[in-house]
Amino acid sequence: MTATDPVHETVNAVYVAESRRVLATLIRLLGDFDAAEEAMHEAFRAALEQWPRDGIPGNPRAWLVSAGRFKAIDSRRRLARFDGLDGVSDAVIAVRDEAAWADPEALEDDRLRLIFTCCHPALSSDAQVALTLREVCGLTTEEIAQAFVTPAPTLAQRIVRAKGKIRDAKIPYEVPERGDLAERLDSVLRVIYLVFNEGYAASSGASVTRHDLSAEAIRVGRLLVELLPEPEAIGLLALMLLHDSRRAARVNAGGDLVLLNDQDRSKWDRAQIGEGARLVERALAGGSVGPYAIQAAIAAVHAEAASAAETDWGEIVGLYDALMRIAGSPVVELNRAVAVAMRDGPAAGLVLVDAILERGDLKDYRLAHAARADLCRRLGRVAEAGESYARALALTRQEPERRFLERRLAELAT
Amino acid sequence: MKYLCLVYMEEQKLHAVPDRECVACGDGLRQGGQLLAAEALQPIDTATTVRVRNGKVSVTDGPFAETKEQLAGFYLIEARDLNDAIQVAAKIPPAREGSVEVRPVRELAP
Repeated sequence: MTATDPVHETVNAVYVAESRRVLATLIRLLGDFDAAEEAMHEAFRAALEQWPRDGIPGNPRAWLVSAGRFKAIDSRRRLARFDGLDGVSDAVIAVRDEAAWADPEALEDDRLRLIFTCCHPALSSDAQVALTLREVCGLTTEEIAQAFVTPAPTLAQRIVRAKGKIRDAKIPYEVPERGDLAERLDSVLRVIYLVFNEGYAASSGASVTRHDLSAEAIRVGRLLVELLPEPEAIGLLALMLLHDSRRAARVNAGGDLVLLNDQDRSKWDRAQIGEGARLVERALAGGSVGPYAIQAAIAAVHAEAASAAETDWGEIVGLYDALMRIAGSPVVELNRAVAVAMRDGPAAGLVLVDAILERGDLKDYRLAHAARADLCRRLGRVAEAGESYARALALTRQEPERRFLERRLAELAT
Repeated sequence: MKYLCLVYMEEQKLHAVPDRECVACGDGLRQGGQLLAAEALQPIDTATTVRVRNGKVSVTDGPFAETKEQLAGFYLIEARDLNDAIQVAAKIPPAREGSVEVRPVRELAP
């Protein structure tokens, strides 16, 4: 069969659109990640054989789930015969199946089950990220390894170990109950945001953005909002869309970092800003306001300002005050100090930044020293600015950031 | 499915949780059919380590690991799955002073 064959193309399109949903349902039906993956591939193989002959089924997804299930029953039956346990596994599968198909809502929930299981807090953070990209997004192990600059065997082992823990410690394949939902959702949102940030501001390496990861994070974020429209899920999606809307302006033609205040705002993606801003309103209307929604609101104020000077810095300081109250941290405090510097002048900001640094919380945080350097520079305190730039430079691991700091340091000398 | 909840505590905190509270917790779990066994342990300086090497029994004092927290007791529970086991572990009173390690029990192959 050639790639130009229309049925073959349809199978490919169905794979792209539906393979994750098919997998999510098969995991529930078969109770095992690896068996489900194998069954799904068997089902697509069967589609390639049968659809050209019998025509494309009306509901390809249901067809694939059903085919995958039969393939799995078949292979279990073969195994059972070897073990002399004929009949036992059939009965198990039949019981699971009955309950599974009785409830149409269960099918919709399968993708949520998959997300919550991959992000279960009993798995390590690295494993959560790898498993989510592998199972929810369908990236290959090689693609994930490349994106995280990790050797592929290391990543493969991480995924195998995580699946082993899900099986052996019996992490259930379910959406958490209402009482646990907020806490478990936090874990899911953290994984999505981690993936986004890894794509948006790679913590190391030569390139500032690895857009594929950001795009995947936004895709999962959208899916989550569609399936579980909790205010914080909406807030996170808004935050990612608003940050990502500035992607084209964050780096200049030479691959160097451009700070928010110096960016060419005509390069910002207006459609994405509009969508982000509408989502912020939706997240804030929810009653209980969480940290993602507030950060998204801050990003929206920036996005909607025509220039740095025209930004409503008072509003931004107010939002940081709110963020400090519900999710205060030294980094939030630092961001607030920078906003205060924009509203009241660099001297006011410097007092706050120095107070944070004196406490020692952020003494190894490169952006704290970079912020201090910038404020000193604006106040004409050249020697202090130079010291802080050097400090930031010593702490950065990211190539474009290093070049930016070196440039600033060189400018001080002239 | 069976899980063993291993309770770890710093030595000076061993008596931070009243026995009465632990007894009540155990009774509650037993009534709910979730508790198979539970015991508190004497402090680690009462421990003895036994090894058999080349058929010879060796007995030593300890173990005295470098970690600050030591095994203070255990609960063997019956739970539906890990989420259920985590809910039980969170009810164990020493969880708020030390930590509880939740380990699925492996059935031995006969």
